[in-house]
Amino acid sequence: MENEAGALSRVAGLFSARGYNIESLSVAPTEDPTLSRMTLVTVGSDEVVEQVTKQLNKLIEVVKVVDLNDGCHIERELMLVKVRAIGQDREEIKRLVEIFRGSIIDVSDKSYTIELTGTSSKLDAFLETIEKSSVLETVRTGASGIGRGEWILKV
Amino acid sequence: MSVEISGAEITVRCLQEEGVNCIFGYPGGAVLFLYDELFKQDKVRHILVRHEQAAVHAADGYARSSDKVGVALVTSGPGLTNAVTGIATAYMDSIPLVIISGQVPTEAIGLDAFQEVDTVGITRPCVKHNFLVKDVTELAETIKKAFFIASTGRPGPVLVDIPKDITQHKTKFAYPSKVAMRSYNPVVKGHVRQIKRAADLMLSAKRPVIYAGGGVILSDASAQLTKLTQLLNYPCTNTLMGLGGYPATDRQSLGLLGMHGTYEANMAMQYCDVLIAIGARFDDRVIGNPKHFSNENRKIIHIDIDPSSISKRVKVDIPIVGDVQDVLSELIKVLQTNDEKLDQAALKDWWKQIDLWRARDCLKYDRESKIIKPQMVIEQLYNITKGNAFVTSDVGQHQMWAAQFYKFDKPRRWINSGGLGTMGFGLPAAMGVQLANPKGKVACITGEASIQMCIQELSTCKQYNLPLKIINLNNRYMGMVRQWQEFFHGNRYAESYMNALPDFVKLTESYGHVGMKIERPEDVEGALKEAFKLKDQLVFMDFITDQTENVFPMVPGGKGLSEMILV
Repeated sequence: MENEAGALSRVAGLFSARGYNIESLSVAPTEDPTLSRMTLVTVGSDEVVEQVTKQLNKLIEVVKVVDLNDGCHIERELMLVKVRAIGQDREEIKRLVEIFRGSIIDVSDKSYTIELTGTSSKLDAFLETIEKSSVLETVRTGASGIGRGEWILKV
Repeated sequence: MSVEISGAEITVRCLQEEGVNCIFGYPGGAVLFLYDELFKQDKVRHILVRHEQAAVHAADGYARSSDKVGVALVTSGPGLTNAVTGIATAYMDSIPLVIISGQVPTEAIGLDAFQEVDTVGITRPCVKHNFLVKDVTELAETIKKAFFIASTGRPGPVLVDIPKDITQHKTKFAYPSKVAMRSYNPVVKGHVRQIKRAADLMLSAKRPVIYAGGGVILSDASAQLTKLTQLLNYPCTNTLMGLGGYPATDRQSLGLLGMHGTYEANMAMQYCDVLIAIGARFDDRVIGNPKHFSNENRKIIHIDIDPSSISKRVKVDIPIVGDVQDVLSELIKVLQTNDEKLDQAALKDWWKQIDLWRARDCLKYDRESKIIKPQMVIEQLYNITKGNAFVTSDVGQHQMWAAQFYKFDKPRRWINSGGLGTMGFGLPAAMGVQLANPKGKVACITGEASIQMCIQELSTCKQYNLPLKIINLNNRYMGMVRQWQEFFHGNRYAESYMNALPDFVKLTESYGHVGMKIERPEDVEGALKEAFKLKDQLVFMDFITDQTENVFPMVPGGKGLSEMILV
């Protein structure tokens, strides 16, 4: 979509006005600074998703809409998790982070801050694995998606 | 071109460049520079309304009756919030408008300044698009875009919010001759293969119906619709927004369909085998309960310029996205070479069935009544104006009777708030219609509840000598509310009785117009004739009508189209 003030609120407004769900939404300018790219995750029947696509296309500032589920695609989400890390837990958490191919990006004497990238379900799995009471804070970006191989979304 | 001019002058010059010769508005602090520029020129005429809602309705009536973009000008804050009802009305009916709103100066935005509201935020859900102008150098292009977006594709209102300082800033003026937007390229031509498929399906139909909506009017496709319908000898029904798209007096017209549509139209819709929907959107007032509607096995062709209207409420078999006029022209070409394939025997049987439904005479009413029947007033109006008037309406029973009993043979003659159902629309819309059609006969059919929602515009009518004929069907009730309360709420008429009504004759006279009160059926014709003889004067006719009259047929909410309550 056009990288203009207000474009995001048109999308968000459309979803709330028509009662569609937004599971997550991530947006940032592209290599062409006049364009922003948004990855929006929504849940609905085929009919609803078709309507969502049509309604998004109607917004004047939306340049192109692609349903990534129409083909093979890759999805990634970034999560930062701050966990309580004291005593023996420190080693255990480090091992877990390695298994999930994350990294510890900030350390204090009582906590680790972990960076983890992957599909949303991988991030969920990590949170389920780690002891709930040790999680102090999480922040997630929502999914970003891109088509595989030669499938390119370009204006 | 080297001279720098102010944003205010640029705005007015843009309107001139767009060929706008009439705008509707109300001044205020944020738009003073704009008004100053309007004052200095005479190409764009400004009509001063008495409330901003009326400015937008008037621009809307102007647009609907003329195929031009309507323009309204309002100030910031309350000026804009008053205009919102008008904007939403136009949005629901896809009417091309450009609304110019003043805004507080750029540096004051966000500081809760006097008469500041988030105009772009407030109007976002009820405009096709809106702009906040941030730099005077973008102003001309923004206005060009606004007119382009409003009038192309599925039309709609577009708002341009201009901060006061921008109207003072100066720059060189050049009006762009065209505008290209990578994110907005409405489709015009229908898909050729889809059109062929549609033609094949139509020719195989045994019980076809053409269901035509406001899209036919908006794309000026009445001639094409009429040609198509008559080429095939198919029945045609029109939605509330589509009346006049096909001549109502023609044998093949089934009249209005939907909640208060005719028995024959609704039965034909329900039991057809091929439905050709043209510029219509299967809304809840048209098809009733979508599940009940979908119970019948029929194939649906849907022609519409807006892809999001297709398969929104009812799944269709052959969608054709494109401009209705363009698609119908192509469709006629394909059908003309194949029309020998029509199943004439089946069509004959279908018409026989339709004529049986017609014989039910679903619009009958007591013509011998000693109290004025509202239907009779509209029939008389139709006779006296020979079906040639522009008719606006407000919202409620009178609107439905007008739609049922005034037979519109031409497009852009029936002007009403179909989608939003805005009471207060009729009078200001009629002002716009009269200004767009100075020689036309303009009647506003209203009720004593609706008319009071914008009655202040009688003053505007005086100022500009607009000789409207106002038909007030006065039953001392909010009639449609009363009807629902009678049918569905055990005759408990909660707050639907209009107490303390004004003396409409005196009220009208105080505004400098002619008022009449008509209480007996035998006086109706004479009063209407007299009113239309007063060519240069607004006449307010207060018809005291039967309080208990209801609109029939009626498809109750949630019921199927064939489950009508009949007289």
